Amino acid sequence: MNYRKVFMNGITKENPVFRLLLGMCPTLAVTTSATNGVGMGLAATFVLVGSNLVISLIKDFIPEKIRIPSFIVVIATFVTLVQLIMEAYIPDLYESLGLFIPLIVVNCIILQRAEAFASKNKPFASIIDGLGMGLGFTIALTALASVRELFGNGTLFGLEVMGAAYQPALIFILAPGGFIALGLLLALLNVMSVKE
Amino acid sequence: MGSIQNIVMIIISAALVNNFVLSRFLGICPFLGMSKKLETAVGMSAAVTFVMALASIFTWIVQKVFLQPTWLVSFGVAADKVPDLMYLQTIAFILVIASLVQFVEMLIQKTNPALYSALGVYLPLITTNCAVMGVVLINIQSEYTLVESLFNGVGAALGFSIALILFAGVRERLEDADIPDAFKGFPIALISAGLLSIAFMAFQGLAG
Repeated sequence: MNYRKVFMNGITKENPVFRLLLGMCPTLAVTTSATNGVGMGLAATFVLVGSNLVISLIKDFIPEKIRIPSFIVVIATFVTLVQLIMEAYIPDLYESLGLFIPLIVVNCIILQRAEAFASKNKPFASIIDGLGMGLGFTIALTALASVRELFGNGTLFGLEVMGAAYQPALIFILAPGGFIALGLLLALLNVMSVKE
Repeated sequence: MGSIQNIVMIIISAALVNNFVLSRFLGICPFLGMSKKLETAVGMSAAVTFVMALASIFTWIVQKVFLQPTWLVSFGVAADKVPDLMYLQTIAFILVIASLVQFVEMLIQKTNPALYSALGVYLPLITTNCAVMGVVLINIQSEYTLVESLFNGVGAALGFSIALILFAGVRERLEDADIPDAFKGFPIALISAGLLSIAFMAFQGLAG
């Protein structure tokens, strides 16, 4: 198995956000600032790697019929871990991501990888797949969040970028801006991939 | 009491002011995935409404009976001895929702085969619909009573349905529109959703 290909798959060809359009809820909801985007991405990556590993280890013991509930229990366990760790060590980020931390459990990317990859492949390959997908997710979230924070607040990772004269276009941080910014970003990617 | 007023406020707030899809960003996956046709959008809305209302009731009971059993106090258990199982909340709730979805699926299959064949494919998807998980977590966070939780669930489902059905109507129109190549498919759908979301912002300030 070509591990490099498995790893890159999640970042480029099957990027969960830009290509498969999975995990849209956290993508749109938490990307009001770049820091949130990175935090959410890394939290989801941790859950992805953990659940992929465990599921690929126990895949032979799970009866076909109850595999989805079993996957969900594994995922929920890792989400609870993330929740407790974040609450203890980075309470600020935990606070600002709020509801969307427990909601990682219903993030379609994670269940989709469990079903499509981890339940068919060896543990090591599954870890690589989880890392690639998680990183792809993180990159996408950070890109979208940077655009929104830059135009909506004039800052990037909380640092002043646009200068004091810049009048922030608040709409980018509000709910509609999430949809519109992602739509424009996807169109831009389409233009770029046509040119290649 | 003014409790009827309170419940009306909860419904309006969940359905319009803080619309689950367009301002809270919950349930975006089915919102984008199921809105290509008006018919499927209506089917999905019905299934979600059903599950959300039931999930609101059952998770509330699980929360009060098992996770934070403060009722033990009236049976002579000291207040500081009451077990706090909050860390199990995520796992407990997702299991409640998953089994509820399974149960609803079997129930509909037995009692109403016509409805089952219409909704069939959407039902399993509801387990991973974050709007359902979102609404039950919000119920607990807002410290709603059982009745308030039920109506918050119904209101949220109503909001989800309104957004989904409106958006399906928009997307059916988009099919015939002349759109630049780069924007075809999801980009234009997302931008239309953004415009819909701007329209829903007009409801801000309607309730508290």
